[in-house]
Amino acid sequence: MTPSPLVELVGIRKTYANGTLALDDFNLSIADGEFVSLLGPSGCGKSTVLRMIAGLTVPTSGTLRRAWDGGTQAGDQPVSCVFQEPTLAPWADVWSNVFLPLRLRGRRKAQARPMVDEALTLVGLEQFAHAYPRELSGGMKMRASVARALLTRPRLLLLDEPFAALDEIARSRLNDDLMMLWRERQWAGLFITHSVYEAVFLSTRVLVMSPRPGRVVQEIAIDLPMKRSAEVRGSRRYLELCQQVSQALAAATECLPAGALNG
Amino acid sequence: MDERPDPLPRDAPASADAGGWIKFVAPIILGVLWLMAWEAWVRLGEIPDYKLPAPSAIAQTLHSEWPALADAWAVTLTTMLAALLLAVIVGVLLAVLFVTSRIVEFSLFPYAVMLQVTPLVAIAPFIVVWIGWERVWLTQLVCAWIVAFFPIVANTAMGLRSADRGLRDLFALYGATRWQRLRMLLAPSALPYFLAGLKVSANLALVGAVVAEFVIGTQVDNPGLASTIFESQLRSDTPTMFAALALVSLTGIMTFFATQLLSYLLLRRWHDSAVH
Repeated sequence: MTPSPLVELVGIRKTYANGTLALDDFNLSIADGEFVSLLGPSGCGKSTVLRMIAGLTVPTSGTLRRAWDGGTQAGDQPVSCVFQEPTLAPWADVWSNVFLPLRLRGRRKAQARPMVDEALTLVGLEQFAHAYPRELSGGMKMRASVARALLTRPRLLLLDEPFAALDEIARSRLNDDLMMLWRERQWAGLFITHSVYEAVFLSTRVLVMSPRPGRVVQEIAIDLPMKRSAEVRGSRRYLELCQQVSQALAAATECLPAGALNG
Repeated sequence: MDERPDPLPRDAPASADAGGWIKFVAPIILGVLWLMAWEAWVRLGEIPDYKLPAPSAIAQTLHSEWPALADAWAVTLTTMLAALLLAVIVGVLLAVLFVTSRIVEFSLFPYAVMLQVTPLVAIAPFIVVWIGWERVWLTQLVCAWIVAFFPIVANTAMGLRSADRGLRDLFALYGATRWQRLRMLLAPSALPYFLAGLKVSANLALVGAVVAEFVIGTQVDNPGLASTIFESQLRSDTPTMFAALALVSLTGIMTFFATQLLSYLLLRRWHDSAVH
């Protein structure tokens, strides 16, 4: 753990307007360059954590520290998000959709063109710059969404079960590409998922959450090689880790004390 | 990347072409047959003009009375278009206001509904009283506007609210200003709804303009098409009534196709309602 993390949540509590306690005593810290997965049963408040870090919702109590708060330079976009849905504007072509974050910062098209084109090439959509979202497959829409998130060169990329709706083939290909982009671009990632295999494959650290009120009940460091590829998926260590994380998740879901497992 | 976009469902070109061709020709054939039957019936039955003029007699009247009819048409058409323009401006502004402030919406919306559900013919005499006989055209304009603006307000407000939640989050995440959100997110989301409202409003503006002319009656310097129908009726000049009616219908049909075309042009690239 670095001395000053990128994002730090300490003793976070979140109560919804309807009185539901979503998060209680939630702690999380993410350092530069890490890839952290939040794994937990449905409704455990994973997405709430992500929305808090994105600034889309505020904690009821507790401390949320973000390295970029207070002193960002203009034109800097320290955090980006890929949602469950591709969330593309249907009335605009792929190029304009990817351009959106810079457009909102008042950049002109001509000014932004090299960056947008680069982002599209990064995800392999350069041929489809002028296609409309409805003309794309689910996987391609997601790629456009990833390109848009990476356009502003964020320090932290939030991914909220981004590939959950895709078929297995498109999903593992996107996971491979995501890993490649992470090594190349060196952003920190926070990945929300309920797939054990995805969490282990992508992460440097997996945090297992309890059901509502959600909090982190176990943390598992993933000591797989940095270059993750198809071989990694077949390796003994990968399978061991998957099993370990599965057990932790099962225990968390049954509300067993986390320590009872690894003892 | 070897992912391919889903092929868009399309009809086989041949059947699509045949459908398009029949779509235009079939109603024209039916119309011509209908006019021929009408003509034959009037001629063979020796029906007098004041009861039912033959299509040829109506065409002749359209030709001989053209200067007066053209003036009347211009009056009705101008009223309708001006009312529609006002309805669009006021309707869209109100819709934006409604979406910006719930209190404004809660306060104003019931009255907008009230104005909409009260029949225009019942309101029109009051408008005549308030605006006065001297400003007939303004009276007609207000009448047409009252019926035309509601569909635009209601539809646009609904459209502005229907913007995708994910996109709203995205705009918030990237720190969009309210104006950027309105222009780049809410407005395009509302466009299909607005256009659906416009189709209804355009037709209602014509209805409003015509009703207003009927209420005001014949004592006007610049009669519109409805005034012409009314006045011709008093003179038992049935061919002129039919000629004016034909122009009213034509105006309605043109309006329908114009809004249809506008909607198609604006939505054809992305909205499911317009993509074939």
